[in-house]
Amino acid sequence: MTAFTFTLRQEPPQRVDLSALTPDRLAGKSLADIEKIEIGTTRASIKVGDLFKIAQGDLKTLRYEGGSSRFDLVGAKLLPGFSLHVDGDVGLQLGRLAKGGKITVAGSAGAYAASGNEGAHIEIKGDACELLAAPLAGELAGMSGGRVVVRGKAGARAGDRLRRGILIIEGDAGEDLGSRLIAGTIIALGKTAGRVGYLNKRGSLVLAKHPKLSATYLDCGPQELTFARLLARSLKADSAAAASLLSVKLRRFGGDTAVYGKGEILTPL
Amino acid sequence: MQGIVRNGVRIDDSFAEAFPMAATGLIITAPTRKWANQAAATATGYATSVIGCDCEAGIDAELSEDETPDGRPGVRLLFFAFSAKGAEKALVNRVGQCILTCPGTALYSAFDGDLKIKVGDSMRQFGDKWQMSKAIDGRRFWRVPVMDGEFFVESQVGVLKKCVGGGNLLIMGADWESTMRATEAGVEAIHAVPDAIMPFPGGIVRSGSKVGSQYKGMSASTNDAYCPTLKGVTRTALEDDIGCTLEIVIDGLTDEAVRVAMRAGLKAIIDMGPEKGAKRVGAGNYGGKLGPFHYHLKDLLP
Repeated sequence: MTAFTFTLRQEPPQRVDLSALTPDRLAGKSLADIEKIEIGTTRASIKVGDLFKIAQGDLKTLRYEGGSSRFDLVGAKLLPGFSLHVDGDVGLQLGRLAKGGKITVAGSAGAYAASGNEGAHIEIKGDACELLAAPLAGELAGMSGGRVVVRGKAGARAGDRLRRGILIIEGDAGEDLGSRLIAGTIIALGKTAGRVGYLNKRGSLVLAKHPKLSATYLDCGPQELTFARLLARSLKADSAAAASLLSVKLRRFGGDTAVYGKGEILTPL
Repeated sequence: MQGIVRNGVRIDDSFAEAFPMAATGLIITAPTRKWANQAAATATGYATSVIGCDCEAGIDAELSEDETPDGRPGVRLLFFAFSAKGAEKALVNRVGQCILTCPGTALYSAFDGDLKIKVGDSMRQFGDKWQMSKAIDGRRFWRVPVMDGEFFVESQVGVLKKCVGGGNLLIMGADWESTMRATEAGVEAIHAVPDAIMPFPGGIVRSGSKVGSQYKGMSASTNDAYCPTLKGVTRTALEDDIGCTLEIVIDGLTDEAVRVAMRAGLKAIIDMGPEKGAKRVGAGNYGGKLGPFHYHLKDLLP
């Protein structure tokens, strides 16, 4: 069966909230019902039918033909077993609080992508803006599970307060990558900037390029780590480059000793 | 006992009687084959029979680099106990004393099982707050710093509740050498069967027991009916041409695993023939009332 498809008619005139349009929430609704769902975020009304041409299909997989940086909350609270694909860009909070499933975005994502993600596998083929996988203001923890792969660049403070899960950034990372890291793993293949791993408690940062480290990270020397071998095998399908980075001997810097200090930054020798 | 004969080997019209047990499985890896095998030998030591040990354990298979989770040489170990709780206690003690201590090793759960027991979760505090947790593909691991690097251990290991312990073959031959030759061939064949182990030394036990004893308070004693030195003076099960009996005991994760293992062992013993190997094959049981699993030799013939 073909995927359930939303084809974009024209660029949305305002930001739209697409959190209602996940496969699990559309189940059992008729075409007419779906077309009537209100997705506007201003006083001017905008309905699904105004913006999209719908082709019904298998609700296990949902496709957006055409995207926009005004598409907010795409795949929010997605459940395991469903998948969602966007053939274009998305706006804020992609996959926010997703419980599982798979989200792929062919374009770039706005700020707070994968915020609070609990288990979804999210792939962004373009770039991600600032605060990737980070908590919203006032929340104590960021992403708590799942896996996020960004093929392009990531903005500032990617992985802020990451609690669990794996974040892979294949391009360059913005300032303060992995700030306030609680636990989990961040792998960055490009350049890093600013205070990398600032106030990291127990998280692991694996960096392909040597970062400028804060004085609160202490050199523990080169190490053979069994966990890296297992992780490398697990990541092979998502990012061959990340897998090969984890397959070499890594130097371990323990920190951030400005706080709890049980985390680490691993870099090639 | 009117027998069936296959390739000159007499097969008793008898059956092996086996019991329900709980089992757990581990995959142990190490940087070299030597140290993976060493960890396996140490962790499965003193684990022949639940009568006197905390569990019955053995090596199910050696795993190549492609078959282990981390790409290092490994072994798959199985541990059998009367209850899931007993298995947990035995496993935690054994991992703490034999795997944590063994250079280079890492530990993974071999299967998901019916329920989980905490292995890494009991071991992590050895790290004295320096331990780190890693969740990979839905499984949780602990990295415990030790003097040669890190002990990488899965937090929980699966337990299967409905496993089988006590499948067996009694191999009888003219003398020790020929009987051993046949029994070793059987052991080798059973080693190739997945999900089954032979917990006794080298897979073989020579002190088969019967229920009860002439001494008060002893629940089991030597199986005099199969002792060649008592052939004349006791109610013997041995004919004139039998001078030695050896037994292979098999524990398996499933009824089918034990069946396949017994069939493989039987075939290897029969293929060797009575001149070079065994003259007769039997099986041990307690009349069929104690154990729910019965393996009739006549159903397992090649």
